[in-house]
Amino acid sequence: MTLEHPVALAPADRAVQLLGGDLTEKSLRLHLEGLSGVDAVGLEQRAASLGTRSIKTTSKAWAIDTIIRLVDLTTLEGADTPGKVRSLVAKALQPDASDPGCPRPAAVCVYGDMVPIAVDALGANQGLDTGGINVAAVATAFPSGRASLAVKLADTRDAVAAGADEIDMVIDRGAFLSGRYGRVFDEIVAVKEACRRDDGSYAHLKVILETGELNTYDNVRRASWLSILAGGDFIKTSTGKVSPAATLPVTLLMLEVVRDWHRLTGEQIGVKPAGGIRTSKDAIKYLVTVAETVGEQWLTPHLFRFGASSLLNDVLLQRQRLRSGHYSGPDYVTVD
Amino acid sequence: MGFLEYAPAPESRSILQLRDRYGLFIDGQFVDGSGDPFTTISPADEQPIAEIARADSADVDKAVAAARRAYDQVWSRMRGSDRGKYLFRIARLVQERARELAVAESLDNGKPIKESRDVDVPLVAAWFFYYAGWADKLDHAGLGADPKALGVAGQIIPWNFPLLMLAWKIAPALAAGNTVVLKPAETTPLTALLFAEIVQQADLPPGVVNIVTGAGDTGAAIVDHPDVDKIAFTGSTDVGRAIARSTAGTGKKITLELGGKAANIVFDDAPIDQAIEGIVNGIFFNQGHVCCAGSRLLVQENIHDEVIDRLKSRLSTLRLGDPLDKNTDIGAINSSEQLERIRQISAIGEEEGAERWTAPCELPSQGFWFAPTIFTNVSTSNRIARDEIFGPVLSVLTFRTPDEAIKKANNTPYGLSAGVWSEKGSRILAVADQLRAGVVWANTFNRFDPASPFGGYKESGFGREGGRHGLGAYLAPASAPVRNRVLAPTDAGDDAGRPSLETQPAAGATGASESGASSGGSKPKSSRSKKGEAK
Repeated sequence: MTLEHPVALAPADRAVQLLGGDLTEKSLRLHLEGLSGVDAVGLEQRAASLGTRSIKTTSKAWAIDTIIRLVDLTTLEGADTPGKVRSLVAKALQPDASDPGCPRPAAVCVYGDMVPIAVDALGANQGLDTGGINVAAVATAFPSGRASLAVKLADTRDAVAAGADEIDMVIDRGAFLSGRYGRVFDEIVAVKEACRRDDGSYAHLKVILETGELNTYDNVRRASWLSILAGGDFIKTSTGKVSPAATLPVTLLMLEVVRDWHRLTGEQIGVKPAGGIRTSKDAIKYLVTVAETVGEQWLTPHLFRFGASSLLNDVLLQRQRLRSGHYSGPDYVTVD
Repeated sequence: MGFLEYAPAPESRSILQLRDRYGLFIDGQFVDGSGDPFTTISPADEQPIAEIARADSADVDKAVAAARRAYDQVWSRMRGSDRGKYLFRIARLVQERARELAVAESLDNGKPIKESRDVDVPLVAAWFFYYAGWADKLDHAGLGADPKALGVAGQIIPWNFPLLMLAWKIAPALAAGNTVVLKPAETTPLTALLFAEIVQQADLPPGVVNIVTGAGDTGAAIVDHPDVDKIAFTGSTDVGRAIARSTAGTGKKITLELGGKAANIVFDDAPIDQAIEGIVNGIFFNQGHVCCAGSRLLVQENIHDEVIDRLKSRLSTLRLGDPLDKNTDIGAINSSEQLERIRQISAIGEEEGAERWTAPCELPSQGFWFAPTIFTNVSTSNRIARDEIFGPVLSVLTFRTPDEAIKKANNTPYGLSAGVWSEKGSRILAVADQLRAGVVWANTFNRFDPASPFGGYKESGFGREGGRHGLGAYLAPASAPVRNRVLAPTDAGDDAGRPSLETQPAAGATGASESGASSGGSKPKSSRSKKGEAK
């Protein structure tokens, strides 16, 4: 890449607005490399101090219900079957068999080929905006992302056509780590376009950075900016298939990017930590971090999600305890 | 109600079993004081906590005499490894009673429980653990083989970190083989008295640690006491000067840790979010009652507006209120006098033309409170840029080049600490090298560790606390001449029963048995006679 032959990038609106009309790999790189650095010790210290907030009584009750509303109930296994997906949907529709008033998760998250099963099982209950539950599909050769662009786009279109409301895509970490930011950018723009439905509306696009493979906080900040500039509706930490998955410092950092984007443009971007959040106690730390970083208006399913499978049952146990005053046990919540 | 108005999460006070009144801790026991007792209150609601004895000079005489006895007969004769065992025991007891100590500290001082719980008390234990390890390794303290203790140390500590300052003073003194008479600040005596209980629990030989409570008079009685060999003081520069004057020519060794007006320098390549946290932590930690607080923010001019903007939104999320609530970030100002001082200097700041901004927060009606405040448009000649405010007030100045930053940072009579924020390692090292401050933090602020020496340049005092250097402040080389103590007649009278140190170097042999420790052999004879033979 030289100045004489700048590589033009897909003209995504946000990037054009921020970086100007002559959007090139060079201008994108200059922007990403010009971002302020991240001090790892300081970031982790701040995350740890947010983790010491003590959330009690009425605040805890509100937090528990909110966590349930923010969960993307997930099954992403090679062994997934239609039966497993139907069971997951049933759990999402009625999380706590002992309490019909229990709030419902935001979405179920499945592999692309399971979208028709999930759509069928949800029936009239599909659709977050109509008081129901969304269907989210992972796409773009999840989790590794190692496939040609054509395959990734076909994967995405297939899920959208089958009725997915949300697409969780992975970025090309290989391209990112070798400095080919333009390639990552163009791919996100293309996938976003593949999310377009026949009626002109778009499936919501969550961009998975796979922070466990990006390794440094500086990389996470750059990838977050890149994903937002390319048009992502959400930035998401992880696939859940790589360790470490979501951590509080990484999520805090991504929230800081989202906050800065909001200060700059007034636009609200969502954040989704996924993988490794298993207990109510952990999830509450995330709520505190969201509220104290971007503000509590972010605590809605349109702007914050937990990607989790086992979290829901732990939260339900806590919810039962708050209501009844005593601890129950794992046999009092259903396995999905 | 929004989520961010977290429901109250108060730490329980029931863990504290306080007495209604506390005496002086002399020779291993609580005894009545001769002065008029005073009441210590909680600065958060002005409610009384306990009645505290006031030591007059006769009480101080008794405390010093007890310390001298313990030094001559027990502590200086004890093997270092055995002194270490006592210090380890104290450290473990501090950990065992950590919650109780944290609650007492927040109650008496007004600092948020999360700070006393997560910072103060863990550091107290760490300090005793660290110096416990030194007690049998004094040969490596940097003063040559077989260094000797100084004798009786008089220690006067401030109210901002009551128990932590006690640990900074007592741990190295005891490890080096000194005995101590310590006076906590008048407004925060509580945890020192709980510490006296820990000393009893640890079965420390009587007289090794003595704690006398009172105000400035009591402190002066310690400083002027002829039988005290060492004065360690942390507090204001004015009092430090007075101490330096009154100890001049007496041969007493002194360490002074005084005021500060630290510069926190933020370059335009700083990690911005962490720098904001660091600025907040630098000046609003402990309500700004920190001698090393980063009270002068020096920010590179090209990022000034952005930094101030971000700082303001961050400050708006700070939670001010009940110090015992686990979610409180900013507690109460320690006393009405201090609050008045902060108000006065802030008012002067406005008069001198600086622009004042105060975080939006509701102040409780009872108690002493001051909302986090920043001043912009501050020039180097303003009083808010020169005087130590010792409160949650930040003065913001700008600079254009590293040279200017260094000049402005050093342009203060103080020199206790400084901070540098930059992603560029070479710049950090180059700037830190030229800052005339005892501690320079890079990309962090207000971090403490027992292994790291702490102390000031210029009017911030002299001597170092912490680390090997802090130990050296309580030791003299084996060859050093021994100080000539001139005992006042009253002192001799009070201690008629005590063997005269000047004339009977071997006295106290009987008392040695109470040490219980197998010390008799190794060094006691020599150190005893060194101390006793008078110079």
